Amino acid sequence: MTSLLVPAYFDAASAAPLHPVARDALVAALADGWADPARLYTQARRARQLLDAARAAVAETLDVRPDEVSFTGSGTAAAHAAVLGGLAGRRRVGAAFVHSAIEHSAVLHSAERHEAAGGAAHSVGVDHLGRLDLAGWRAVVAEPGVALAALITASHEVGTVQPVAEAAKACRAAGVPLYVDAAQSVGRVPVPGGWSLLTASAHKWGGPPGVGVLIVRKGTRWLSPYPTDEREAGAPGVPNLPSIVAAAAGLRAAAAEAETEAARLAPLVDRIRATVAATVPDVEVVGDPVDRLPHLVTFSCLYVDGEALLHALDRRGFAVSSGSSCTSSTLRPSHVLEAMGVLSHGNIRVSLHRDSTAEQVDRFLGELPEIVAALRAEAGVVGL
Amino acid sequence: MTPATATPETLDCRGQRCPLPVIALAERLPELPVGAVLRVLADDPAAANDVPAWCRMRGQEYLGSPEPDAYDVRRSR
Repeated sequence: MTSLLVPAYFDAASAAPLHPVARDALVAALADGWADPARLYTQARRARQLLDAARAAVAETLDVRPDEVSFTGSGTAAAHAAVLGGLAGRRRVGAAFVHSAIEHSAVLHSAERHEAAGGAAHSVGVDHLGRLDLAGWRAVVAEPGVALAALITASHEVGTVQPVAEAAKACRAAGVPLYVDAAQSVGRVPVPGGWSLLTASAHKWGGPPGVGVLIVRKGTRWLSPYPTDEREAGAPGVPNLPSIVAAAAGLRAAAAEAETEAARLAPLVDRIRATVAATVPDVEVVGDPVDRLPHLVTFSCLYVDGEALLHALDRRGFAVSSGSSCTSSTLRPSHVLEAMGVLSHGNIRVSLHRDSTAEQVDRFLGELPEIVAALRAEAGVVGL
Repeated sequence: MTPATATPETLDCRGQRCPLPVIALAERLPELPVGAVLRVLADDPAAANDVPAWCRMRGQEYLGSPEPDAYDVRRSR
């Protein structure tokens, strides 16, 4: 007899389930916020009020001014706008873009676009725990002609928190604006100050998909990479108001719970790190063991096919993601695992959220050793 | 470049997807004497990462990549 299998969704780092507060706000805003907020009649004024309130809520949570906040169509679109707009705004200073080797692909693809257009991009490496090479960062941002530097606040793949305050200090000393991709931090952990541009993504904090946030601090030279548009600074077109309202409500709720949730999830992540290392042979638990996000943990199982492991876990009701090459559309291993020089095959990322329970984690930890052993037996690699 | 005194034993894993090249390495290396060098040929992009990682986890010596898609490992224990 197998007991009733309760699915465990462990991929909050891709998309967290909608926060109940965001769900309620979404339903209300669908009824109330469908009009174009740029128009001048009653319905439009109501929509404008909702948009302004959402902007004010996001600004308050992130401790910025409302007029520094733009809503975009996704976290990826926000990252594109931050990088390309930040570089365009400082074109006269130079054409060099500095970024860490472990940025989100949205930032790396923007860097590729910048290089294709004649600009330069410099990648700064990380150590085997995924921590930024600060000495290398300080040296390269101080070089002449650096228009913008980008640092992810914490790795979306391995959870290592980056030295944002120190990196910002180096940027300030060099007069270079810093862009931080805070997608995995906003709504979960405090983000250090000192940056000029910040982006985040609503579906990472329990808001709906399809809403990104771009913050451009006052005094930052930033030029929209899009053709002129009368609406949101960082995003052309009519904003998705119901989703924005839901995103803002979800952020406020997530931020209010963040400390409690971090205190609840961090021990579960620690339990996964310790138990996996102890009960699964030949496993590499990656990322900084201490200076890390409270909800995300990554490990690699030697000789195991990442895709096979992902599917085996899915059959047992565990939804996780993987940085292994066989699970990516390009068949390349995760650039983050590559930059860290850690094992990339058999890789699993577990990321928890407010609905994740200790029971789910314990069931996962109870079943994982057997699942990995079965895959290894099937592949004939036992004892290697 | 000084010419190698002897061509190392070669393990051709081209066309194989990870983790297969690493599994082949783990099977073959213990059959060689301690001190011997094994050259793994693998064109899966993950091999560049996973061959050195395997060496670290197994206490074997990774000598580097002498040419594209080739990775040299010395049996050190």
